[in-house]
Amino acid sequence: MVLVFAESPRGQFKKAAFEAVTYGKKLADQQGVTCVALCLGTVKDAGSLGKYGAARVLNIADASYDQFDSQTAAAAISEVAENSGATVVVLSHTSTGKSLAGRVAVRLNAGLVSGVNSLPTVQGGALRVKKSVFSGKAIAEYEITSAVKVLSLMGNALKPEAGGNDVAVESVKVSGAKGRIRVKSVKTQEGTVPLPEAEVVVSAGRGMKGPENWGMVEELAGTLGATTACSRPVADAHWRPHHEHVGQTGIAIRPNLYIAIGISGAIQHLAGVNNSKTIVVINKDPEAPFFKAADYGVVGDLFEVVPRLNEAFKKFKASH
Amino acid sequence: MKFLVCISQTPDTTAKVSFSADGAAFNAAGVQFIMNPYDEWYALVRACELRESLGGTVVALNVGPSANETTIRKALAIGADEAVRIDAEPQSAAFVAKQIAEYARAENFDLIFFGKETIDHNGSEVGAMVAEHLDLPYVSYASKLDLNGNVATLERDIEGGVETLEVDLPFVVSAAKGMAEQRIPNMRGIMTARTKPLKEVPAVAFEESAKVVQFTLPPAKAGVKLIDPEQMDELVRLLHEEAKVI
Ligand SMILES: Cc1cc2nc3c(=O)[nH]c(=O)nc-3n(C[C@H](O)[C@H](O)[C@H](O)COP(=O)(O)OP(=O)(O)OC[C@H]3O[C@@H](n4cnc5c(N)ncnc54)[C@H](O)[C@@H]3O)c2cc1C
Ligand SMILES: Nc1ncnc2c1ncn2[C@@H]1O[C@H](COP(=O)(O)O)[C@@H](O)[C@H]1O
Repeated sequence: MVLVFAESPRGQFKKAAFEAVTYGKKLADQQGVTCVALCLGTVKDAGSLGKYGAARVLNIADASYDQFDSQTAAAAISEVAENSGATVVVLSHTSTGKSLAGRVAVRLNAGLVSGVNSLPTVQGGALRVKKSVFSGKAIAEYEITSAVKVLSLMGNALKPEAGGNDVAVESVKVSGAKGRIRVKSVKTQEGTVPLPEAEVVVSAGRGMKGPENWGMVEELAGTLGATTACSRPVADAHWRPHHEHVGQTGIAIRPNLYIAIGISGAIQHLAGVNNSKTIVVINKDPEAPFFKAADYGVVGDLFEVVPRLNEAFKKFKASH
Repeated sequence: MKFLVCISQTPDTTAKVSFSADGAAFNAAGVQFIMNPYDEWYALVRACELRESLGGTVVALNVGPSANETTIRKALAIGADEAVRIDAEPQSAAFVAKQIAEYARAENFDLIFFGKETIDHNGSEVGAMVAEHLDLPYVSYASKLDLNGNVATLERDIEGGVETLEVDLPFVVSAAKGMAEQRIPNMRGIMTARTKPLKEVPAVAFEESAKVVQFTLPPAKAGVKLIDPEQMDELVRLLHEEAKVI
């Protein structure tokens, strides 16, 4: 059985959970077993995971799990995995998943590969699975040989597939323990898609000259329903908030479309964005290294090109 | 206060990555190695700052061969009081975590620091594993950490936001941007680093259950298609019809 931990930040599933269940279902089909989803605490519409392929949805409906604590969550997931005879546990490679995966692997005495981006291949009792390493500069194939295996799935690695129907939610109980972390508050930027989940990202660098010029970047992002990002020096200079910083030392992303405006394309920047499906680079310097990593390039002054591109997208949106 | 900072050694951020012909091993020839940036800039510096204001000891720990001692000395130059090297080739996150946990178990650290991830394995695995081995709370991706007596207040990066939380010592933390500012070791630091203790500890046995069998390089891009800056409708058309991303 494949057990998928479907995370529900503040009581609601997000894309990461639907991706994980979709992945778990494909993996279960490949192995000829069932896919079971597990969620913790008070969760809205838990049964909707059935649409993404969960044959059963288990919920530990204990409100003490509403505040995330990796220690208690990992204990609960592992206990359910053991009781239900799971051979593979799937998590999301998110802030939640990253603090859980290692813990679950230790508890289950399982081999772990985190941040996988495709389905494994089966080699007897072992699984072989790939992930991006060296900050996007290479791909590594791992072999997991333990009886129980833990995988965490990279965001945007596959599209959630909602073909099935809701299923009844089964309430389960575990031994439980009191968490030691006390969450005081959670601040989120409402209305924007977080960078790791974003399918379209509009990113800008030092070529913007100063924070006062970001209006056109935001307008373009607005037209596309995109999330904004920036290069490191831009965040370091406080032109933009640090959570927008992408690259080797910032956030690594893999959107469908990455539009880079006035960014030179230094190797450390590329390290965080080179897994994007399609890259558009706008830069006035034809020698900018970013063009080597780009699919489409515009050599020109961003202050003219960006508003023009925004108009073109608006026209497109109006007619589609 | 006793602080442990786990530091790893990684290829420099500008390093060209290549592998042996059979793809089984990283080709280290000509590659410059550095301390993993998150371990150095954020975890180590914050531990040193806390030691400076509260007193105590900062121990820097690396699981690695003797060739890593240059990196370890750098941690001492930045401000760690002593260092430990567990003598082994770091084979996997699980291996490294086991080594660190076995060492730390007997030492009763108040706070164990990790970087948010290594820039070569990109795992974000070791910290969580050590926390589980030691049955301690784990706060990952902390961008702020303050101590008041026995109670720590932290901010933690989550998708699209920040979580503020409290936890009592001891616990395990992984450090992200914001926790501290990078420090360049000064001359005095570099001099004293030479005489600070660097202890070598033997590794414990471990059975591997997940390991790399093959490295490959990502497929090369087909090459950039240049669009006339006057023809943005054309770019939009290509993104729709050819790339199919809008
Ligand atoms: C250890 C380490 C880690 C790092 N990590 C990261 C990281 O995670 N992320 C990151 O981004 N960087 C990182 N860096 C920094 C990186 O090396 C580069 O310095 C940085 O990415 C450059 O930012 P930039 O492209 O915005 O600025 P610049 O390199 O200054 O490039 C600005 C670009 O804008 C173009 N431009 C200027 N005016 C215009 C105009 N009017 N129209 C069109 N184009 C214009 C220029 O031609 C130029 O190419 C790291 C560096 C180190 C040493
Ligand atoms: N060989 C090592 N020795 C000591 N600490 C390590 C080692 N490898 C990884 N770490 C620590 O574990 C963190 C996470 O590593 P990873 O799980 O590989 O992303 C790093 O930022 C380091 O703090």
